[in-house]
Parts: sequence; structure tokens; C-alpha cells
Amino acid sequence: MGGERIRLYVPGSIMGYKRGKSNQTNHTSLIQIDGVASKPETTFYLGKRIAYIYKAKTEKKGSKYRVIWGKVTRAHGNIGAVRAKFRKNLPPISLGGRVRVMLYPSNI
Amino acid sequence: MVQELARGISAHGRSRSYKRRGIHFLKKKNNGEFPKHEKKQKTEEAPSKAPKFYPADDVKKPLKRKAVKKPTKLRASIQPGTVLILLAGRFKGKRCVFLRQQESGLLLVTGPFKVNGVPLKRVNQAYVIATSTLIDISKVDVSKFDDTYFKSTEKVEKKKSEDGFFNAQADEKKKELSPEYVENQKKVDAALLTALKPELKGYLSARFSLKKNDRPHLMAF
Repeated sequence: MGGERIRLYVPGSIMGYKRGKSNQTNHTSLIQIDGVASKPETTFYLGKRIAYIYKAKTEKKGSKYRVIWGKVTRAHGNIGAVRAKFRKNLPPISLGGRVRVMLYPSNI
Repeated sequence: MVQELARGISAHGRSRSYKRRGIHFLKKKNNGEFPKHEKKQKTEEAPSKAPKFYPADDVKKPLKRKAVKKPTKLRASIQPGTVLILLAGRFKGKRCVFLRQQESGLLLVTGPFKVNGVPLKRVNQAYVIATSTLIDISKVDVSKFDDTYFKSTEKVEKKKSEDGFFNAQADEKKKELSPEYVENQKKVDAALLTALKPELKGYLSARFSLKKNDRPHLMAF
């Protein structure tokens, strides 16, 4: 193998929380999945698991990387954005950050 | 269907309903009379004696369960011999051959081991992408690999004493595969390899990865 990088996820960016002008619902985050530009295109990604990966100072279970798992719940708007719910709400520092949308649970 | 004006009140009158139900045909078949069936004779039950033993407390009976467990419905795209892409786990990205669905619903899959290192293993359908590549596996016999074959051996209970603690650590490191498993793998591999064309061997040994500008929702697998 020699360190070949296998990518089995689609990167996405965290746009923010579900919100109106002045109130935000922290339990739902809005994700923009790379390459998805319209609402019909998002149907493939519904239900897929999402991983928000971040680094921490202390090592836990052999790694300094930590994950918050979540899943794509529904489309958001017409331009391919998506709503996601995580096991723990995403921390506000994550806004603008990267997220990995996995290809499982798969339906192909 | 009879139109209903309200519950129990049909739109059709008595004579219309009679004609619609065709009762006159039944009567014709039965010599002008509506067919009668004899009442079933109720067999007399033997008089039950009072039980000798009553439990001291009320014993709760568990509710009857009528649900039948069926294996997960197999996707139409997954046929025996389909090449699958594993999406998670140690072998993520590897392309393997689907052999059959187990009773538990999991998919029995193999690399073949010689080609890409994927042994006979079970995989959940949700963690797999089915490609359109099909391999003829009619010559491979996989009937004896069921869920009990894959059941892990019971772990020895860890002793809480100090000596037991150190010994357990040493034991955990080595888990040797029994020679029976190695033999089975070789047999299945040999049968599969005859069905594989050389291009397919190269295909199966390569791993799948998403590249830049790949859009999985637009890809045909």
C-alpha cells in the first residue's frame, strides 16, 4: 500500500446553525457539501453519516483527533445545502470549518 | 365498491344490492334456495380439574410475540458474484466479491484473499456500494459458511489477580487463525480465481477512492 490515501467521504463546509434572522437553533447545523448545487442532487446524501473532526491537546484512546458524529437530515433551500444533526451540537468554533460526509449508510 | 351515503347506508336500494351481489345465481345453483351449511358441532371439552398448585405471587406472563425475523432485504443491485466496494472498516476502499447473504442478513464476502487480502468475512449491506461488475461464481461452494462459522470464540474471563492481569495482556496479542479457516479460504479462492479474468484480478486488487471533482451522487458504479 505504501500510504496511498483513500478518500471515501465527500468534504463539506459548516455554514452555521439553522436560524432565522435573530434566533438560531443550535441542534441543527447547515452543511454545504462540495459539488452539490441543487436540491434534487442532495437526495443521494440524505441519511449519510457526517464526521466533524477536530484536534485536542490531550490524547484520548491513542489519538489527539476527536470526532463528533452526525447525519444529514434533510435538504436546506434550493442550492444544495443540507441540514445535519450531530450527537452533540457542533461547537461555535466549527463555523466555517470542514466536515466529512461519508458514503454510508449506502443505498446504491 | 358500493357507494356509501353514510356509514352503513349504501347508495343502492335493497333490490339493486340483491342483483349486484348475485344472490339469484347462488340460489339457482342450489335449487332455488340459499345454500345452508350445517353448524359445526362443538366438541365438549373434558371438564378441567382445579389445578393443585397455585403460585404464591401473581406470575406475569410475557406477551405473545408474533413478529417473524427475516434477513434484511437484499438490494436489487447486489447479486451473487457482484463486485462490492467496502466503505468502512479495515478494508475500506477494497473491491471484493459478494458470495451470498447470510441468515442474519449480513453479506458474505471475500477478496479473494489472494488478490487483495480481504478474507471470507461478513459485511453489512449499508456499508457497501454495489458495482455493476458481475463475476460468475456458480462453481464456488459457500453453503457451509453461515453465521455460526463466524461466531467469535468466547473470551476467557479475565482474572482480577495481578498475575492474571499480566498473562491476559500477553494472550490478547496473539490471535492465531485456526488452520481450518486458512484451508477454507484457500478452497474458496481457488474456485474463484478460475472464474476471474486477468483484468478483473487487477481491478480487484486496486482500491477505490474518490478523486478531486468526483461527485458520488452523479457517479454510476
